[in-house]
Amino acid sequence: MQTIQIQGGRVIDPSQNIDMITDVWLGRGRVLAIGGSSETADIVIDATGLIVCPGLIDVHVHLREPGDEPDETIATGAASALAGGVTSVACMPNTRPAIDNKGAAEFVVLQAQRAGKANVYPVGAVSKGREGLELAELGGLVEGGAVAFTDDGAPVSSASLMRRALQYALMFDKVIMQHCQVMELTVGGVMNEGFESARLGLPGMPAAAEDIMVARDIRLAEITGGRVHIQHVSTSRAVELISEGRRRGIRVSGEACPHHFTLTDECLKDFDTNFKMNPPLRTADDVAAVIDGLRDGTLELLATDHAPHAREKKLREIDQAPFGIVGLETLIPITVHGLVEPGHLTWPEVIRKLTIAPAELLGIPKGTLKPGADADVTIIDPNIKWKIDPTKFVSKSRNTPYGGWDVKGRAHTVIVNGEIRYTMPGVEHRNRSNPTA
Amino acid sequence: MSIAPPPTPLPPPTPWKLKHLLGLEELSIQEITAILDTAESFGEVSKRSRKKVPALQGRIVFNLFFENSTRTRTSFSLAAKRLSADTQDFTASVSSLSKGETFIDTAKNIEAMGADVMVVRHPTPGAPHLLARHVSSSIINAGDGAHEHPTQGLLDLLTIRKKKKKIEGLTVGLVGDISHSRVARSNIWGLTKLGAHVILCGPPTLVPKCLEKLGCEVAHRLDDVMHRLDVVNVLRIQFERAAGGQFPSVAEYSHFYGMTQARIDMARSDLLLLAPGPINRGVELTPEVADGPNSAILEQVTNGLAVRMAVLHLLSGKFDQKPSEMGL
Repeated sequence: MQTIQIQGGRVIDPSQNIDMITDVWLGRGRVLAIGGSSETADIVIDATGLIVCPGLIDVHVHLREPGDEPDETIATGAASALAGGVTSVACMPNTRPAIDNKGAAEFVVLQAQRAGKANVYPVGAVSKGREGLELAELGGLVEGGAVAFTDDGAPVSSASLMRRALQYALMFDKVIMQHCQVMELTVGGVMNEGFESARLGLPGMPAAAEDIMVARDIRLAEITGGRVHIQHVSTSRAVELISEGRRRGIRVSGEACPHHFTLTDECLKDFDTNFKMNPPLRTADDVAAVIDGLRDGTLELLATDHAPHAREKKLREIDQAPFGIVGLETLIPITVHGLVEPGHLTWPEVIRKLTIAPAELLGIPKGTLKPGADADVTIIDPNIKWKIDPTKFVSKSRNTPYGGWDVKGRAHTVIVNGEIRYTMPGVEHRNRSNPTA
Repeated sequence: MSIAPPPTPLPPPTPWKLKHLLGLEELSIQEITAILDTAESFGEVSKRSRKKVPALQGRIVFNLFFENSTRTRTSFSLAAKRLSADTQDFTASVSSLSKGETFIDTAKNIEAMGADVMVVRHPTPGAPHLLARHVSSSIINAGDGAHEHPTQGLLDLLTIRKKKKKIEGLTVGLVGDISHSRVARSNIWGLTKLGAHVILCGPPTLVPKCLEKLGCEVAHRLDDVMHRLDVVNVLRIQFERAAGGQFPSVAEYSHFYGMTQARIDMARSDLLLLAPGPINRGVELTPEVADGPNSAILEQVTNGLAVRMAVLHLLSGKFDQKPSEMGL
């Protein structure tokens, strides 16, 4: 296997508190060293002006396979991850059938190995068939490769089942990821409930539907000692509740998605289904609260909730169209736009939320450039300006609210397991020892 | 104390710019006024013994109704016929929609049959807007879910203007299920743009407080506001759109919000009563009130025809405009 020297980049590795201009050496699928090495490099990547960091990890993606392959497959989703600078993803179990048993989890792992793109970690369903009635075989799922549990796409509505899940998962020290939504309060809803929904005549989903379940599940985590992770936090009250829970030592964490810190419910004014997601886009006050939560550490992670849907599914009346947007390939530029450029977070803070923090949440040996670690590296060009063009997405789907945006920042080179698996259009890396390879 | 200058008449919006009529929210005061003025002149046509003018000769007007309607569809058909257009109805129940064809595919088929105008009624807010982005015909919104029903709003404005000789400065009450009413939203936009004071009245479950941001007053007790109203527009309870449970019973609703003679007596004697229909006699209105001297319900129907003729006529200048010429 080739030895790669990534030369002269700004190396940011929050797991070691590193932020300096130096070299990173990779070989035999591992990180060899930061700084100097006695090895000879087969490939030298000039990273001058670029950021070099552990491969980014996205704990919340939908890869749609099995069941909805017209939207995305494990292979196309894992390739889309690479194009977004993401080397590891955790995929949600709301496929058809659901990932609710050992064999199903193994299928995901096998398909990801066949694809040879980003690393894919299955998240198992909490309940059999994601029906919210009985616990799935969580132990079997873990043996099949599952790194966490969720019924995402829908909440675990039953407080009793959620309590049992939090308790039972303790024996694997795995986290329950919860999509918080009290379904009785959101019947028929397509957007945030408030002035905008009243203006447009669209059925709303109140913020309280999210807040109430966040409060409930934090309390359940408290009485069980279990670990709950609040997915796609979108409301100001949810941020407060998580913050309070963490102060009290309860094992609760939260993630924020780029659309929830860059867009508001006013974007629905033209009934464009690319702005229909769940949780819905909220108000400017909620956006500010999510950003504050990211700043003060309440929200430890960034995640995309990558939710591809084939064109014909989104090209429907707004109540018929499914929720969700393609997220992986816009993660870096929209994070730059929403967090870095306005000065809310520094690059090391952003990278922490996309590397060591998600690795620790899932308990996977990723997210670090410590010598001996897996050679997963993302090289980011933080200054390149480009226009988001959905027709050029690597993902199978095109449903993004960011089409046509002029943005800054993009994945330059993405290395997984010591192999260069993605380079930005126009970038090429030559092998010194074998220039034709 | 300063005295406000007298209102200056607004210039007509020449040339007419809009290819579609999707809602009153996006119309200017001048555009609304132009439609009302044109409608008044078409009102004269209806009184002639020969009621046809050749304005839309050779044009095809399609009615695409994905929700039940008799009155609005008939009114649009008749308006198109009086302008000498050919009309064709397309009703969802007999369509291929039940076979799984998408809404846009259906509309594209109708476009391919040469439709110059599609008059669209659909249960989903924004459905006409979606069509406007994907077909080249002119789109007239004939009601999209709880969002807008612009020609109903316009005919209400026309009826008020003809009866009261003005709109600015009037206090207009909209009573009933504001949450689920497209008529309410079109009325709110039209009335507030033209300078009326709008009071929305109904139970808090049907009249969200946040609508005050649209420049309206929100009230929950009709008896407290009746005496202030110049006009009252009594909306139908949207049994098909309300998820249920927003009020305890029809009887209780009727008790607090039904337009009875006793309530009419609380108001000024020249109170103008409107109802977009179809009305549930005995629920929103008692029969004696519906047929009484304050009621302009049947004039609304006549004015609806004139308004729809006016809209078709004004848009017809833009029928052949390509979306690319509109910067879309």
